[in-house]
Amino acid sequence: MRVPISWLKDFVTIDLPISEVDTILTNAGLEVKGIEYIGLPGADLVWDREKVVLGHIRRVEQHPLADRLVLATVDYGGESPEVTVTGAPNLFEFVGQGDITHLGLYAPFALEGATLYDGHKVERKQTKLKGRELRGIYNRCMLCSEKELGISDSHEGIILMRKDEWSPDYRAGTPLQEVLGDAVLEIDIIPNIARCASMVGVAREYAALTGQPMRYPDYDVLMEGEPINGRIQITTANPELNPRFVVLLIEGVQQKPSPYWMQYRLRLAGQRPINVVVDISNYVMLEMGQPNHTFDYDFLRRRADQYAPNGPVHIHTRLPYEGETLTTLDGVKHKLQPYNILVTDPLGNLSLGGVMGGADSEIKPETTNVLLEAAAWNFINIRRTSTQLGIHTDAAFRFSRGVHPSQALLGAKRAAELLRRLAGGRVAQGIVDLYPNPPQPVVVRLDLAYARRLSGLPLSGAEIAELLHRLEFAVIVDETHLTVTVPNHRMDIEGGHDLVEEICRMVGYDRIPTTPLADALPPQRGNNELTQEERIKDILVRAGLQEIISYRLTSPTAEARLYPGGAHLELMQPQAYVTLTNPISPERAVMRQSVLASVLEAVANNGRYQPRIALFELGHVYINTGQAQLPLETPRLALALTGQREVATWQHSEPANYHFFDLKGIMEVLFASLHLSPRYVPAAHPTYRPGRTARILLGDVEIGIMGELHPGVSEAFAIRQEASQPVLAAELWLDVLIPRIPAIFKYQPLSTYPPVHEDLAVVVDAALPATAVVEVMSQAGAPLLKEVELFDVYTGAQVPPGKKSLAYHLTFQSGSKTLSDKEVGKYRQRIIQELQKQLNARLRE
Amino acid sequence: MLAQLDQLYADALAQLDQATNTADLDNWYKATLGRKGAVYLLTRQVGQLTAEERPLFGQRLNQIKNDLEARYQQRLDNLKTAELEAQIAASALDVTLPGRRPVRGGLHIITQTLREIYRIFGDMGFQVYRSPDVETDAYNFEMLNFPPHHPAREMQDSFYTTRPDVILRTHTSAGQIRAMRDYYPEPVRVILPGMCYRNEQITTRSSIQFTQVEGLAVGKAISFADLKGTLTEFACRLFGAERQTRFRASYFPFTEPSAEMDVTCFLCSGKGCQVCKYTGWLEILGSGMVHPVVLRNGGYDPEKYTGFAFGMGPERIAMLKYGIDDIRLFWGNDLRFLQQF
Repeated sequence: MRVPISWLKDFVTIDLPISEVDTILTNAGLEVKGIEYIGLPGADLVWDREKVVLGHIRRVEQHPLADRLVLATVDYGGESPEVTVTGAPNLFEFVGQGDITHLGLYAPFALEGATLYDGHKVERKQTKLKGRELRGIYNRCMLCSEKELGISDSHEGIILMRKDEWSPDYRAGTPLQEVLGDAVLEIDIIPNIARCASMVGVAREYAALTGQPMRYPDYDVLMEGEPINGRIQITTANPELNPRFVVLLIEGVQQKPSPYWMQYRLRLAGQRPINVVVDISNYVMLEMGQPNHTFDYDFLRRRADQYAPNGPVHIHTRLPYEGETLTTLDGVKHKLQPYNILVTDPLGNLSLGGVMGGADSEIKPETTNVLLEAAAWNFINIRRTSTQLGIHTDAAFRFSRGVHPSQALLGAKRAAELLRRLAGGRVAQGIVDLYPNPPQPVVVRLDLAYARRLSGLPLSGAEIAELLHRLEFAVIVDETHLTVTVPNHRMDIEGGHDLVEEICRMVGYDRIPTTPLADALPPQRGNNELTQEERIKDILVRAGLQEIISYRLTSPTAEARLYPGGAHLELMQPQAYVTLTNPISPERAVMRQSVLASVLEAVANNGRYQPRIALFELGHVYINTGQAQLPLETPRLALALTGQREVATWQHSEPANYHFFDLKGIMEVLFASLHLSPRYVPAAHPTYRPGRTARILLGDVEIGIMGELHPGVSEAFAIRQEASQPVLAAELWLDVLIPRIPAIFKYQPLSTYPPVHEDLAVVVDAALPATAVVEVMSQAGAPLLKEVELFDVYTGAQVPPGKKSLAYHLTFQSGSKTLSDKEVGKYRQRIIQELQKQLNARLRE
Repeated sequence: MLAQLDQLYADALAQLDQATNTADLDNWYKATLGRKGAVYLLTRQVGQLTAEERPLFGQRLNQIKNDLEARYQQRLDNLKTAELEAQIAASALDVTLPGRRPVRGGLHIITQTLREIYRIFGDMGFQVYRSPDVETDAYNFEMLNFPPHHPAREMQDSFYTTRPDVILRTHTSAGQIRAMRDYYPEPVRVILPGMCYRNEQITTRSSIQFTQVEGLAVGKAISFADLKGTLTEFACRLFGAERQTRFRASYFPFTEPSAEMDVTCFLCSGKGCQVCKYTGWLEILGSGMVHPVVLRNGGYDPEKYTGFAFGMGPERIAMLKYGIDDIRLFWGNDLRFLQQF
């Protein structure tokens, strides 16, 4: 909300610098997001206090040599009035009227040497006012337009202000800074300070915070018209949704522009001036917070002639009939929901209560008789209506945050009085005020010990009472507690905790002590799942992989790319997706079921820039199950490698590419670091390339899958890839894996006896998995066989067709003695025998 | 024979001088002091000498032999040093050429930021408690004192799912009630990290997905002063001991009193710059005393227990710390971005 300081000053004295006002309000919860200065220091154009002043126009005459120029005689507080040349069209009407001092016409007047914006340039360009001859008459001063002063881009005429009974007390020679100079605070109105959504609301808060007295607007209204009695009848079907409905009738209103001071304030507050009737309605809402609505009374009367020729206009608030529609004054036709409260008459609806007026009953240019409504509405219901219909008016903003019913009468009277003063209306005698159940004031008990415990402030009952008094709370002090009556405008106060916040705000958050937490420490349990996840990340980072974090919202189509050619889509679970009803786009419509798809997207996106890609993501997937309300959120790890396995250098510019066995090596390092010994079993899966896929098992439990990506998947993800650069990928089921990580493990003693190295090459069937050979050797060689390391795999002319040769380095070592050749030979023989027996292997000579 | 010996000695010395590399020297050694060298050959002729001559000859021979050995050793050392120096000089590198880098992995910037937050709060007894991303309206809103249609809900636009009352959490505050119900009647000191979701336009400043770290402390004697103390300590450890904090009134439905915490801008030290929008302060987190309704929903009697809660955005902290100006970079997974941290 935009809050001009000058407007606040109607209600409270502000003598602190603007920066301090900013701090006071911001610290108390009325955050000042920005400050716009007009004419004052801080503005782009600062009005010189000596050279830019208020001038009183005494006389306007035609320029003797130019049709489109006039000579204005201006009293600017100097020794004698100054005659100045101007082309302002809004002065032409005064030419030839002689002395017009009595009209009270005032305008900003710049003296020679003043800095202004050049009114003839499109952009804002500062220029210094110099005396010069204008068609034969020397001119050293200037009457100013809004553009020249930096108020707006309007250069249609000069600013012309009339001094009258209701205007500010303009005086010639006053520095313009004091008349139109201003600082507009942009205040963020958060939901619990709805009371501050008006000038009075902000001023009241400032008064309480600084100890200044508060001056409320004058709510008296002079009623001189025909009595309203018998002309209007108000009823409601839903007093809980519409607790109060106040109307006044103002007749004989003249529609015209509102006075400059009102237009100026409205514009500073961000409202566009329309005409005096609309402007007053907006002005009162901005001033004291009560939205109000004006109806064309004659329109309502003509309708009444149809339903009650001799009876009153009957206004009734109610919920809609089934299928009822309403066209709001912006011309939009709305289908109504059962909870939208309406202002109606017996012929149909007139407006959407608290949100927006209807098109038919609104004020028209020819309207002279105005029925003014100020009502109270249930804020939850207004918010619901405003959100559902997408109508966010200033009235709906305030009503949906809560305006107390007590304000309706005040707002109605204030608006009626302004229509009388500024639009020449006569206010009908009497007020129609439907207020069936005025709410009782809220009374809150505040326990003193609680207040001290919660705030950390050692305050006495009397001190607290004094702080609350400043905010207009009525307080009765007892020994152990306070009885606090809440003022009407504080609809946010429900209990003692709310009062503690008020106490803290009044003291100032900065003056509350700062203490270390001394309360009992809860049992410290740790979080094993998180600890292990972070450990796994660290291992992978050490292995050269980069962690990524992706959007968890995706689409089923994006994930279906894991199943090339639409095969095996049954592996996806379309019914298990957590699906949004209001996604921002179809690409972000469901929560992911695969982390691998996220990782592959990142591989594709980085392919353009990176010769080496090694990524992992550790995160959740979301699977709805039949019964449970919430989905399973399961932690998964996915990783992918592609491109060069090393960083290219000037000495070695074409490193080898990542290969299946790089991935396998990373898996081996990961599991060795976790003290797990999984098995890798050849497997088939549509995402992975047949023949280069393995399931990873711990015992008989699957903990993941790994392999070279199926070329169809790389293509579906548009991964830029050469034939020699396969994409390797793996997924681990962390929910299964993490609980199996041993909490402790035993170290291997270091032997002081020398190891004995032997090489052994065996010829086996080409299809035999190498693991089988290692398993047999390890069993047969136990316990002296400590290490088996493959150093060569050979197929070709040296071995029979359908066979392969596997060559191993074997390491034998004892923890208790130096092994003899004889002993080692015994073991070697046993290994060869077992290989022959179990695998039909033969020794390669 | 003594003359022969002297001649041998003189020749050997002359030849030694001519050996300019270790290979020559090696040859000289073989020829002179080796198993079939000149000295040995001369020794074999000792039998021709008389018994009187022998001691003198033997003495002289040993003298010459030892002298030649010493000279040889010295010569060898000199030549080896010279050769090594020549070899070193010839193999000088241009040390300004680029190095051969090992492959390098890295943690995501948000993981790094979260770990820092875990560590600081861990030192103060706060443990990590995780709760689901997909939540019920009850945990995310209602039990946190956001009634249906309450204007406070407007501050957080939710993603709804096809299951009734199931939404994507809009804040990790949703885990507060879960943590309290798990731990009642013990005191609570937890931080709740995680991904949150809001239905907003994706811009440089807002994202449909963001991480948040919520904190919650519940006990029998926890005051607003303790909240200030704990969060000030956190800010000083995260941003530097010289940082000052400012608490100002704010609004969250689930806390009362509520406060925003600002820290003095660490780029301009409070003088005012573009990052702090010339205020000297940076908004870091929202906080407040746990609302009695929330305590009650968590199982704790608000007459006996009080507590505080706070919430912060790791992305915002990282953006301020490293001058990152586009929040979309965090989930864009561009390695050129991620590898900078």
